[in-house]
Amino acid sequence: MINALDPQNMNNFSEASVSVEIETEDMTLNIGPQHPSTHGVLRLVAKVDGEKVHDVKPVLGYMHRGYEKLAEVRTYPQITTLVNRIDWVAGFSNEIPFIAGAERLMEIEVPERAKHIRLILTEMARISSHFVFNGAYALEVGALTPIFYAMEDRERVLDLIESVTGGRFHPNFNRIGGVKPAAGAGPTSKKNIQDLPAGFYRDTKVAMEKVIEAADQFQNLIGGNEVFKKRTKNVGVLTAETAEAYGVSGPILRASGVKSDLRTQTDYLPYDQFDYDIPVGENGDCYDRWDVRVKEMVESAKIVLQAIDSMPSGPLQAKVPKVIKVPKGRTYVRAENPKGEMGYYIISDGGLGPYRLKVRTASFSNVSILPIMLEGALLPDLIAIMGSLDFVLGDVDR
Amino acid sequence: MTDVLAKVGFLALAALNGAIIFTIMDVKGASWMQRRPGPLHVGLRGFIFPLAEILKFVQKEDIIPTEVDRPVFKWAPAYVMVSCVALFAVVPMSPTLVVADLELGVFFALAISSLGTIGVLTAGWSSANKYSLMGGLRAAGQLIAYELPLILAVVGVVIQAETMSLVGIVEKQIEWGVPFVVGGQIVGFLIFMVAATAEMMRVPFDMPIGESELTMGFMTEYSGIRFLIFYISEYMNMFILCAIASTLFLGGYHVPLLPTEWVNFYGPVVLLTKTAILGFILVAIRWSQPRFREDQLQNLAWKILIPASLVNILVTAIMKVGF
Repeated sequence: MINALDPQNMNNFSEASVSVEIETEDMTLNIGPQHPSTHGVLRLVAKVDGEKVHDVKPVLGYMHRGYEKLAEVRTYPQITTLVNRIDWVAGFSNEIPFIAGAERLMEIEVPERAKHIRLILTEMARISSHFVFNGAYALEVGALTPIFYAMEDRERVLDLIESVTGGRFHPNFNRIGGVKPAAGAGPTSKKNIQDLPAGFYRDTKVAMEKVIEAADQFQNLIGGNEVFKKRTKNVGVLTAETAEAYGVSGPILRASGVKSDLRTQTDYLPYDQFDYDIPVGENGDCYDRWDVRVKEMVESAKIVLQAIDSMPSGPLQAKVPKVIKVPKGRTYVRAENPKGEMGYYIISDGGLGPYRLKVRTASFSNVSILPIMLEGALLPDLIAIMGSLDFVLGDVDR
Repeated sequence: MTDVLAKVGFLALAALNGAIIFTIMDVKGASWMQRRPGPLHVGLRGFIFPLAEILKFVQKEDIIPTEVDRPVFKWAPAYVMVSCVALFAVVPMSPTLVVADLELGVFFALAISSLGTIGVLTAGWSSANKYSLMGGLRAAGQLIAYELPLILAVVGVVIQAETMSLVGIVEKQIEWGVPFVVGGQIVGFLIFMVAATAEMMRVPFDMPIGESELTMGFMTEYSGIRFLIFYISEYMNMFILCAIASTLFLGGYHVPLLPTEWVNFYGPVVLLTKTAILGFILVAIRWSQPRFREDQLQNLAWKILIPASLVNILVTAIMKVGF
């Protein structure tokens, strides 16, 4: 240490004072588990130098509820209640791959009508999930108003899901071999099964047109905003190679330019009967991830409208035994959830419940990309990038 | 002595009332844009909503964490509020209705307006919280970036008015017949408003608070009445900076065609109206815009606003000398 004011040092004052370096060290900033922008209880241990983020370590597990273990001591029909709660923003989508896996092991052919109803509700769950993302993301980059619009528009879709299934978030609507009769429908007897409530087609048409309108409004209000563009364009760029290497899926992967959508690649639901686009981004930045989701909402609404027009008639349930026992075997069924690829690996030993159930959730893999994306980002960018990954902690920790 | 007390009392009351009016305007603007029923319909059409808000904060526990620097932590909100109230002293509501018609009124206003940031910085530092500290440092960075354009924007007005007294500036505008915003200071006005928005830490420049990043910035550890003081100071600051802007650029208490001998009666109303119009613009911006990033704000200040205000001064000076 050189004292610059010491007369002895006055001669080489200019050189000395320049060479003295202030010792600084990075500050460890604990973001979460309680933080407004971590979507629940994610914890990020960030090493920051002022506003600059040097290193980020996500800490998971605050919301681990042990669903995989719980599933081992439950029967197949009981597990739908559990899997509902994995990604609670799109509860219905979680049931589909699990039920489809059990049906595949039991070799049950699901009636077309039940498949269509499943498809409609899955797409509605996707729309409601993307509504939440839209509102929350705007909030994270500092715009306070859009979340109110998003929640209000989402309510229309949730009302429809509720009118059919009886639950807004946790429908528990699927049965092995089909779906149960609708909650809002009239009296049901063996001869007269009311599967959808009265006026469902009309209400859905109105709601889906509103969704398309709302997506347009988002494009204008949020996407057209200069400050929003400044905050999101060229921020958190994720290349296709990195995304694929880390197992990133869903809208995040598509925003990086990979046209990968399990709806077209697998046949867990009859998506091949409908005409829709798969929106793909160009740069893989936060703006693209936001944009892809807004466009997906429109496509989902289009699928629902087509599915309603081409709704087949017929039974809701395939013939299944009274006591459901899944034959010995193993299978993996994956589906395109709003957050990305969701898969269930079911190992059955022929009992009432699975021997082992492994859940592959989209958010878990998507969060694993955070340390790479956040290196060298600024603290406000950290929030913008984290928000653009659109994860739900229930989906990360299970 | 009584004279001084009366003046201080008047200042505190006027600033507080202004803050309450602006709070009502802000929550009503928010509920109008966000379709929130609370402040629009509940309780006398939502007009007593701010009262409920204040009562809520008053009856809450004033938590002081153990690790904080107690005296600094306790005094920081007062510091912020005092600087806001003192600022109102130089704003004239008529040629005679002014607490202190200082020769260097503009200078005083600009000096005092930056004092509040020290309160914010100490609040952030004493909280013993990293989020608070970052909020305080952001506020300090913002102050350095925005004080310059604010001052440089006012220099244009001072050149044009040939005085630094706020009453003198309004009188000059009356003499000219048009307010300065029409008479050549439109650029200065825009720069002033942008810089003032950053000064009062409102969206899109609310990075020191940034609730989605820094939870609540420098206010994170505050609760109860101390949080309320910060909260009210924010609106006071907004009210007073808008009042100064309307005095400097929009003709202050004057409005054409009204008899000047009645100015003591209509002056305050006119000033309040002009202030409210400016405030409404800020409310509309707050509820419709996202937040900038800290480095983007610095870029805006140093690369656009400061050069623009320098050019503005140059043009004003040339016009003044040449014509």
